[in-house]
Amino acid sequence: MTQPGANEAERSRDIRKRWLLSLPALLIVLAAATGPLLIVVLYSFLSPGPYGDVQWQPSMDGWIGVFLERDMFTETLSIADAHVSILIRSVMLSLVTTVVTLLFGFPTAYFIATRPERTRELWLLLITIPFWTNLLIRTFAVLQIIRNDGLINGVLMKLGLITRPIQMLFTDGAILTGMVYVYLPLMVLPVYANLEKLDFRLVEAAYDLYATPFRVLTRIIIPLAKPGLIAGSILVFIPALGAYVTPSILGGGKNLMLGNLIELQFGQGRNWPLGSALSITLMLIVTAALLFYVRNVGSQGSRHG
Amino acid sequence: MKRILASLAMTVAVFAQSGLAQAEGQLNIYNWGNYTSPDMIKKFEDAYKVKVTITDYDSNDTALAKVRQGGSGFDMVVPSQNYIPIWISEGLLLETDPGKMENFKNVAKEWTNPDFDPGRKYTVPWAMGIVGTVVNTDVYKGDINTWGIIFDTPAELKGKVNVVPEMTDVIDAAVLYNGGKKCTGDLTILKKVRDTLIKAKPDWVAMEYGTIEKMGSGDFAASSDWNGSAFRQRLKNPAIKFGYPKEGFVNWSDNLAVLKDAKNVENAKLFQNFMMDPQNAGMNSGFHRYANGIAGSDKYMPADMKGAPEIDIPAQFASVGVPSMTCPPDVQALYTKIWTELQK
Repeated sequence: MTQPGANEAERSRDIRKRWLLSLPALLIVLAAATGPLLIVVLYSFLSPGPYGDVQWQPSMDGWIGVFLERDMFTETLSIADAHVSILIRSVMLSLVTTVVTLLFGFPTAYFIATRPERTRELWLLLITIPFWTNLLIRTFAVLQIIRNDGLINGVLMKLGLITRPIQMLFTDGAILTGMVYVYLPLMVLPVYANLEKLDFRLVEAAYDLYATPFRVLTRIIIPLAKPGLIAGSILVFIPALGAYVTPSILGGGKNLMLGNLIELQFGQGRNWPLGSALSITLMLIVTAALLFYVRNVGSQGSRHG
Repeated sequence: MKRILASLAMTVAVFAQSGLAQAEGQLNIYNWGNYTSPDMIKKFEDAYKVKVTITDYDSNDTALAKVRQGGSGFDMVVPSQNYIPIWISEGLLLETDPGKMENFKNVAKEWTNPDFDPGRKYTVPWAMGIVGTVVNTDVYKGDINTWGIIFDTPAELKGKVNVVPEMTDVIDAAVLYNGGKKCTGDLTILKKVRDTLIKAKPDWVAMEYGTIEKMGSGDFAASSDWNGSAFRQRLKNPAIKFGYPKEGFVNWSDNLAVLKDAKNVENAKLFQNFMMDPQNAGMNSGFHRYANGIAGSDKYMPADMKGAPEIDIPAQFASVGVPSMTCPPDVQALYTKIWTELQK
């Protein structure tokens, strides 16, 4: 009985030593991670300054402004339907972006994973090529293709299929196209990483047991690839929710997304507290989405474990 | 006044790489995008052996917000006249006293003692112009000399109109369109202004600064815009014409100032003096296509600027223009509220 007790004391001392040794690093990480965030939280409870910035007067107006708005002429309070509609638009667009990248990304990743080992690296390299270019330039490239005198309209008009350009730029479709293009590699890579480890003997076994290709896909491949699919979805959904550049260039700055709404408050809106409160709201949504995914992975994992 | 490809494309354009090697000094200018003649900068660099770096901004608010935070690293800025009193009162500008500089004698008389900078203690004229409309007359043949292009968009232009999102410009236009006076605090007018803007917005295709490029390429068929920008669009497509809104329009100027936390003060002063030389100012106008407030600079401008319809205000519209000015803070706050509501 004494032997394990001594062991335990030694182990707990060991653990304490490790904690103490890593404490400085942990403190720095904690400060760097929470410091800026705390400033944002603090700012959200202050009053806006006349030319941007904040005044050191506590105020809840920033937070109230997230959900409620006061009519500037009648002084009546109502639900900030503009903010709500921007929020819904952002979430919807991010969801659609995630689904579309999933639809394109999964077959792409599957294709790469089933190539001979020597050529896989080449295919992967091709997927990462867009990353070599700045996001801004990639977005402007999309703009060049879909604008009124751009590639698509130009070809269609040359072929005589249309007489006047189709308005594609500055639409929600344009934003979606840009977002899918920008975020597709973020979906392909984790899905590929997962599929690459997939034991294809299981697929063969399923065929041996007379499974149809569809059943193999839905019962074998997708369940096994699920962690990758979910990781990819998280990697796409979260940045898409806060996307700023793509909606602003391809959407024409008229239909705001959450990221643009926040930027507006720090620029011409001159309402930093509202901007801070909106940023935190966005963060909470992201956290909620993450928790939802994590719980989903957990339950799925145990079922197929 | 201004224009850029995208609001966050704060592109740093480094001119004259050759200057790198022998540069003895530096000068960092923070200016509206697509607004500075590269040839003129090259001339300054060669004359004073200074390496000039230009960073773009796309709105007065962006520039003000960034510099107010301190440590921007910029030496010079080019705010619009209605923002200059704010820059001065916020203590952001250095009193360089351009009124006593050698080339000040060249400044046109009406610009030597402006209300926004009495006695020219801080600023030097950069460009001056008008906020009006631009219309592709191939698309719309009607009257373009009205804010109705933007606020009661004709059928031919619906879904093809852009609005340059400079807050004061847009709201001033709507105020004038509704028969109000600039900087009015009259709530009945401002309510009409808000309703006008909210009602008009569905007919707009975008709210962007990049009009020179997008009007030229046909992405926009009309826009609110500045006259020099309109001039450059006409050079790309002769069908694009500038409209002088008969309901009233704002005359503005942008002025070159030195920042209080500038690191290269001497070079910045040299550049202020340099900009008041008619030859240099004319060179710059040849690029941005605005008037510049320096007497005798027209001799050094391209020939096509003489009598250009965007520069020579037609006689019947001369009296319609009102000067751009800083509105009182309470009016400014109302403007901001309307603007936020519109942007949502």
